[in-house]
Amino acid sequence: MSKIDITQHVLVPKHSKVSEKEKKELLQKYSLTLKELPKILSNDTALKSLDVQEGDVVKIERNSLTAGKSIFYRRVAL
Amino acid sequence: MVHEQLKQYVEKIPNKLLEELEAHCPASKLKKAAEKLCEEYLNANIAPGEAVGLISAESIGEPGTQMTLNTFHFAGVAEMNVTMGLPRMVEILDARKSISTPTMEIFLKSPYNKGKDIRDVALQIKETSTSYFVKEFTINVTNLSIELNLDQEKIREVHTSVKTLAKALEKALVKEASIKLVEGDNIELKLKGKDEKSLNVLYKLKEKLKDIYVTGIKGIKQVLPVKRKDEFIIITAGSNLKKVLELEFVDTTRTVTNDIHEINSTLGIEAARQAIIDELLKVIEAQGLNVDLRHIMLVADTMCMGGSIKGITRYGVVSEKASVLARASFETPLRHLTNAALVGEIDYLDSVVENVMLNQPVPIGTGLPRVIAKK
Repeated sequence: MSKIDITQHVLVPKHSKVSEKEKKELLQKYSLTLKELPKILSNDTALKSLDVQEGDVVKIERNSLTAGKSIFYRRVAL
Repeated sequence: MVHEQLKQYVEKIPNKLLEELEAHCPASKLKKAAEKLCEEYLNANIAPGEAVGLISAESIGEPGTQMTLNTFHFAGVAEMNVTMGLPRMVEILDARKSISTPTMEIFLKSPYNKGKDIRDVALQIKETSTSYFVKEFTINVTNLSIELNLDQEKIREVHTSVKTLAKALEKALVKEASIKLVEGDNIELKLKGKDEKSLNVLYKLKEKLKDIYVTGIKGIKQVLPVKRKDEFIIITAGSNLKKVLELEFVDTTRTVTNDIHEINSTLGIEAARQAIIDELLKVIEAQGLNVDLRHIMLVADTMCMGGSIKGITRYGVVSEKASVLARASFETPLRHLTNAALVGEIDYLDSVVENVMLNQPVPIGTGLPRVIAKK
């Protein structure tokens, strides 16, 4: 099976892992608990090239039609 | 790059607005303009506690009443149907697993996108079964065998050989028949085992033969090369994104399908969210209606919150609600109430519907803030 790089697809926004420090800042800024973040499944195909585990937070840079670029966060869940 | 004087607004104002401001505003007035822009932007923001979901539901539902109920819409020249209008919208919002007309738009790499071998490429993608290659089936009653008279031209057309065809047949019919190549590149099938019913079995075998998959991509039932702007793309009936993306002549960055679950499994949840938005917009625009993008984005976000796609149905988003009463008020109330009673669920009355039921102020708008006493 040939490997396809799906991160290049137009529908797939950029995913990146958020460091522990940034994660803390993020949760504090919006006064959230980790559980309140939207989920992304750990077997999601867009996460394949990222080394993430359950409980990590993923930063997603969407190309929004209204705001140009918008940043979204999801927590990795099983 | 953002101007020095705009740095303080980067966090407060969306990028797109800042870029626009920078492009149109002379540098001397930038600071003042930015201040005003920030003020205007904050005013335009929706107020905390506003019932955005309700507004979205109305904004999408009202144009929905004006949509055509026609299921079919002709896309292009060939007899290809695509579900549009209200049925398609319901399909997307319910997140149906199997949609009524799956289609793909396959973009090709250069030089194929300029029309090189376009017919050839299209035929390679299409799922082909035995019957496509066979000119004639000859049944030999005494030998209990079937001879397939093959059309060599068609075999060459889709880049296969008689051998691969024979292999495919062998694989599919291991138990029933033995396969032999005979003169003139034809295939002979001989029935295994003999008894009185053999003749019947033979006829059944012939029918079965016709639908045996040989080459192409499973699920792609029709292909249609079309020219869009200045490149050729292939539109298909039937969808199989994963397999199509593996083909070498396919542009893997732009090829899409209208099956949202397929996008979720091959490209991930974020791609699926974007696909929901795109598909809904396509439906709304095709009807000449106009719904603000933000409502659609809210729906798509809600559907993709939990990491997988959930439809706006009693099995999807609604089943996720924390409140028993809210779930019961949507559909199948008795079942929700009895199940909740069985396990002793607690309703914290944090949301709207349950409070309406109990004749209490709802926690939206001015009902949201609470009074806190100073100690």
